[in-house]
Amino acid sequence: MAVYQKISIHQSWGRYPKAHNQAALRLKNRFDDLPILQKETSFLPRGMGRSYGDSCLNEDAHLLLTRSLDHLMEFDPNTGLLRAEAGVTFEEILDFAVAKGFFLPVTPGTKFVTLGGAIANDVHGKNHHVDGNISHHLLQFELLRSNGERLICSQTSNEDMFYATIGGLGLTGLITWAEIKLRPIQNPFITQEVVKTTGLSDFFALSKDPKKEWTYTVSWLDCLARKEQVGRGLYIRGNHAKAEFTKASIKGPGSKKSVPFDFPSFALSGPTVKAFNLLYYNKQLSRQTAGMTHYDPFFYPLDAIHDWNRIYGKRGFLQWQCVVPFSDGQDAIKEILGSISKSGQGSFLSVLKTFGDIPSLGLMSFPRPGVTLALDFPNTGEKLYRLLDRLDDVTKAAKGSVYVAKDARMSKENFRAFYPRLQDFSRFVDPKFSSSFWRRVTS
Amino acid sequence: MQKILILGANSAIAKATARIWASRDTKLYLVGRSEKKLSALIQDLKTRGNANIFGETLDLTDSTQHDSLIARAKHQLQGIDLAFIAHGVLGDQKTAERSWETSKELLDVNFLSPASLCARLANDFEANKKGHLCVITSVAGDRGRASNYVYGTAKGALSIFLSGLRNRLSAANVPVTDLRLGFVDTPMTESYPKGLLWASPDVVASGIVKAVERKKDIVYLPWFWCWIMMIICSIPEKIFKKLKI
Repeated sequence: MAVYQKISIHQSWGRYPKAHNQAALRLKNRFDDLPILQKETSFLPRGMGRSYGDSCLNEDAHLLLTRSLDHLMEFDPNTGLLRAEAGVTFEEILDFAVAKGFFLPVTPGTKFVTLGGAIANDVHGKNHHVDGNISHHLLQFELLRSNGERLICSQTSNEDMFYATIGGLGLTGLITWAEIKLRPIQNPFITQEVVKTTGLSDFFALSKDPKKEWTYTVSWLDCLARKEQVGRGLYIRGNHAKAEFTKASIKGPGSKKSVPFDFPSFALSGPTVKAFNLLYYNKQLSRQTAGMTHYDPFFYPLDAIHDWNRIYGKRGFLQWQCVVPFSDGQDAIKEILGSISKSGQGSFLSVLKTFGDIPSLGLMSFPRPGVTLALDFPNTGEKLYRLLDRLDDVTKAAKGSVYVAKDARMSKENFRAFYPRLQDFSRFVDPKFSSSFWRRVTS
Repeated sequence: MQKILILGANSAIAKATARIWASRDTKLYLVGRSEKKLSALIQDLKTRGNANIFGETLDLTDSTQHDSLIARAKHQLQGIDLAFIAHGVLGDQKTAERSWETSKELLDVNFLSPASLCARLANDFEANKKGHLCVITSVAGDRGRASNYVYGTAKGALSIFLSGLRNRLSAANVPVTDLRLGFVDTPMTESYPKGLLWASPDVVASGIVKAVERKKDIVYLPWFWCWIMMIICSIPEKIFKKLKI
């Protein structure tokens, strides 16, 4: 049953912008054709709705809810090949695979994403510098087009559609199932080191890691640091633990907390952000610590608090993530952090990481060689949008790109500059598929 | 190895429950109406590592098929330790008010069909002095309300039927578990706005598995519905008839 609501109950994770007049259709199974509707409407597949801005919204049109396509289809314990329906979440894959000695080949900072959504955004993780994006571990998938065609897409079959659908934002059709190769692990633990960095050059020196000794690296930044302290933070690196660590139980940390109501907007204002950043940076006194941790807190610290987006209140928040090539990287990042610091609009969580040089497969994939910086800001309106426009411009000048999965406001011109293969991609968009984001940046 | 027959296996709650059971030392026989959904579920459970998954598609409102269905399941599983009846349709109360045909259909699916299955399974379990009946009913069956009394009547009648069976089968040591569910976020309740009282199928499924292990008689899922219904049932009819709840 499709019910249009004045303000849709299906919002994006950042809760900005709000979508109106959105109807949702729950898919019944992976075998049926897409529903036939009046000509004017369009479809957008939607899994967990964890995209931050409007790429998971379809105002005045239809969402296709994929979560009911949550069946595993085939698993080979010798090779780690897993075929599953597109609505299966990464959490469900982990629950199944870890006990069998396997892990996701690539995971974003939340496990509450679906397999289909991960492909449609060609997600990356802390191991990008060695393992690339999720699509580098994707063997094939089935794409259902609105004309009823079912295409099996891989690097050797319907390859045009394969490369268009990877990072294709759900616009090329509905992914019904996909096959990925899982990574073998010995146990669910991660050996982790945390190094306190004094500034950007310190971070870049640590990131070099020429022997690629660390599978996972990421850095949290104190974005309110000024002048020569800009870029100070905690550099976190980890590897899957070796076989000898088997003592602790395979189950992750137990109880989940959740945020039961929207925080008032002052909750994340200047002083609290400042206090958090200061405390977080100083929670570690020594230069370096080492230890063992379960994969859950290592990869998914925020997943422990359900609905954490509600701490930003009703107005929501905006994420912004850029990548800039290594050549101009340090300067551009410095300029960006400088602008934020000057604007006084602190980012609650700022994350810095280097991408490796494995070329992305999708026409619209975001990752490319360089340095990536992710920030989030409470939605304070025009003042913030102007700041983000400035950050877009710095990124464009450095020949970088901004991540669509996190975007709610980038301009058409910048979008075109960030995604040079856009024209090529447009040919593969299904005529009955669209999204609020797509209309915003193309119409 | 526990041998379990699941009727209405394609429902979101049965699916979540089947996944828990399949992860244990069990053999399952799944019955659902939609062939596509059932085949996806059987494939899913097998992929998760249980080779002993069987099933068939059947419209369970056709009670003339019930005896042969039970015989086939019994044969395939080599006996039934537990029968879990999970099918049901919420329907639309307003349509049911206008059309007796619709009301009758709701009573068919939600009462006559499960009652027929229970009656036959009960005879079998009683004769063998072995087995366990476990049936999904609803808090809607505890008291008639204007917003869904046709569905509520069917579920309430089913609860009374189960209470009678429980009384009769206790001599044979066959437990009868009545699972009174509150609001669950499933395709059946798609068009309802969700609030704090809503539970996910996974939460309800683990409650069902526990209730079966403990051979409970009547269990409210999630637990807080026990208190909500106690309050609702204690309101004098004089007042209750004027309430809009």
